[in-house]
Amino acid sequence: MTEIFGIPVQALFGQLLIGLINGAFYAMLSLGLAVIFGLLNIINFSHGAQYMLGAFCAYFLLEWAGVGYWWALLIAPIVVGLTGVIIERTMLSRLYKLDHLYGLLLTFGLALVFQGVFTNYYGSSGQPYHLPDEFAGAFNLGFMFLPKYRAWVILASVIVCGTTWFVIERTKLGSYLRAATENPAMVQAFGINVPRMITLTYGFGVALAAFAGVMAAPIYQVSPLMGANLIIVVFAVVVIGGMGSILGAVITGFGLGVIEGLTKVFYAEASNTVIFVIMVIVLLIKPAGLFGRER
Amino acid sequence: MAERAAAVANAPPRLLVVLAVFAAMLAVAPFVGIYPVFLMKALCFALFACAFNLLIGFGGLLSFGHAMFLGTAGYVCAYAAKRWGFTPELAILTGTAASALLGVIVGALAIRRQGIYFAMITLAMAQMIFFFYLQTPFTHGEDGIQSVPRGKLFGLLDLSGTLPMYYLVLLIFLAAFLLIYRVIHSPFGQVLKAIRENEPRAISLGYDTDRYKLLAFILSAVLAGLAGATKAIVFQLASLTDVHWTMSGEVVLMTLLGGMGTIFGPVVGAFVIVSLENYLAPFGQWVTVITGAIFVVCVLAFRRGIVGELSAWWLKRGR
Repeated sequence: MTEIFGIPVQALFGQLLIGLINGAFYAMLSLGLAVIFGLLNIINFSHGAQYMLGAFCAYFLLEWAGVGYWWALLIAPIVVGLTGVIIERTMLSRLYKLDHLYGLLLTFGLALVFQGVFTNYYGSSGQPYHLPDEFAGAFNLGFMFLPKYRAWVILASVIVCGTTWFVIERTKLGSYLRAATENPAMVQAFGINVPRMITLTYGFGVALAAFAGVMAAPIYQVSPLMGANLIIVVFAVVVIGGMGSILGAVITGFGLGVIEGLTKVFYAEASNTVIFVIMVIVLLIKPAGLFGRER
Repeated sequence: MAERAAAVANAPPRLLVVLAVFAAMLAVAPFVGIYPVFLMKALCFALFACAFNLLIGFGGLLSFGHAMFLGTAGYVCAYAAKRWGFTPELAILTGTAASALLGVIVGALAIRRQGIYFAMITLAMAQMIFFFYLQTPFTHGEDGIQSVPRGKLFGLLDLSGTLPMYYLVLLIFLAAFLLIYRVIHSPFGQVLKAIRENEPRAISLGYDTDRYKLLAFILSAVLAGLAGATKAIVFQLASLTDVHWTMSGEVVLMTLLGGMGTIFGPVVGAFVIVSLENYLAPFGQWVTVITGAIFVVCVLAFRRGIVGELSAWWLKRGR
């Protein structure tokens, strides 16, 4: 058993793994987008830039303060999440009464500012982020080698997505959140501080992006434009999955990552575009998205 | 986005006077020391922004992938002029037709969703087109199609001089602008505005809103394509810059800054942004930062844009 469909099994599983890794990032990012969209009704265009900020935060912590990966995994989301809270309080909160498209335009502008500032100092090439020593090496699975860090990324992503799903779908806090998504005025009337909830939700979504950024730092290099192209793919993922359900966002993210990886094996030229092609097909068959509902 | 409606309502004839003055100013501009190449660039982008504005300002549809029309028309036009030896007017028409075809396909897909999804879908489709042009051999990847011949208009008038080229661009721009003006003030334009304000009501009045939206989308694609094809002839170049998502963002900015839903807004916005980029070119990446900052300021404090604010001020003063 060394070939499947004429493809060496090593290459097949290798690409499958890369697909799963990419899928892990699609899942975490589209999850954050879906959570923010649920309550704020805006698409956070700066999500990719905030993912980049998370990675740079980890990079600065290591280079300037000698703070390692594990602390960065905690500190970077908090720091970037706080900037998200400030952005929501000072800018986004002024736009809720207007057309939702203004939120998109504002966050697009912010993304340009973040990316521009970092490109100015770091150029468009990447900075390497040192892999923590405990992740050196790989597991031998018999049919392939699984680098330890890659296994960790998939595991952590599943844990983060699972926890978010649990909090939103199964806890009291989550039920407030879902209720506020349906009818904010009513929830406010029950004495729940909806504006604060909105602020924290945005902060959480942004923190999720930053978390993904720190996870990405050792795999991809830390570069100012690392989020710019990714976010467009994530938008397509979100259109395919529909933003109605948390679980839907996660499943779509992983699934599309794997499909992209497999495309790389069978028809490499299409690997950049396969997700967009799937988006077109989904739009033709089920315009609301696989897990979505029209709103 | 109700505030932008006011600017359109007032006095069509006066607008024509403004247009005539504007056209006369542009016609003499090269003789009073304004660099014609700069003017041509600004006019191409102004047309591009007007095409985009037709969709957002009058149809309420925010396309975040309009660069695909600019770029597609540019590539096809450049290819037709260079490889097939088409005369410039034929090359421009071919490019525009290609963009129209793309508009039909993308439009039919994108109008299946509204609002934010529409923006994301157009952006994703544009990215797909971008990757296509990045990989396909005829565009020459990062190099682009270079040294496209300007050729002779109708096989007679040599366009290699700056002034003949400039007047052709001006003519194309004015014709397209008049067309947009006509469309906006036609029954079609009125229905479009009705759909923007309240789509369910327009449906209940018996309008097939999808057909109107698709037509508006195609028209916008055609005009954006015209801008792209003209630009390819003027600069003798078609490159990846014109299909990249930053270009899609730029046209949004021009329209937002000038005033969405106003007739002259996109033109003013395009001239401001193009001159800004000219002056700020030495500052490299800070241009991106400034562009982003203008976005933020416009959205937070300046939603009517330059022309929108001016005409609101004018109306208030008149009372």
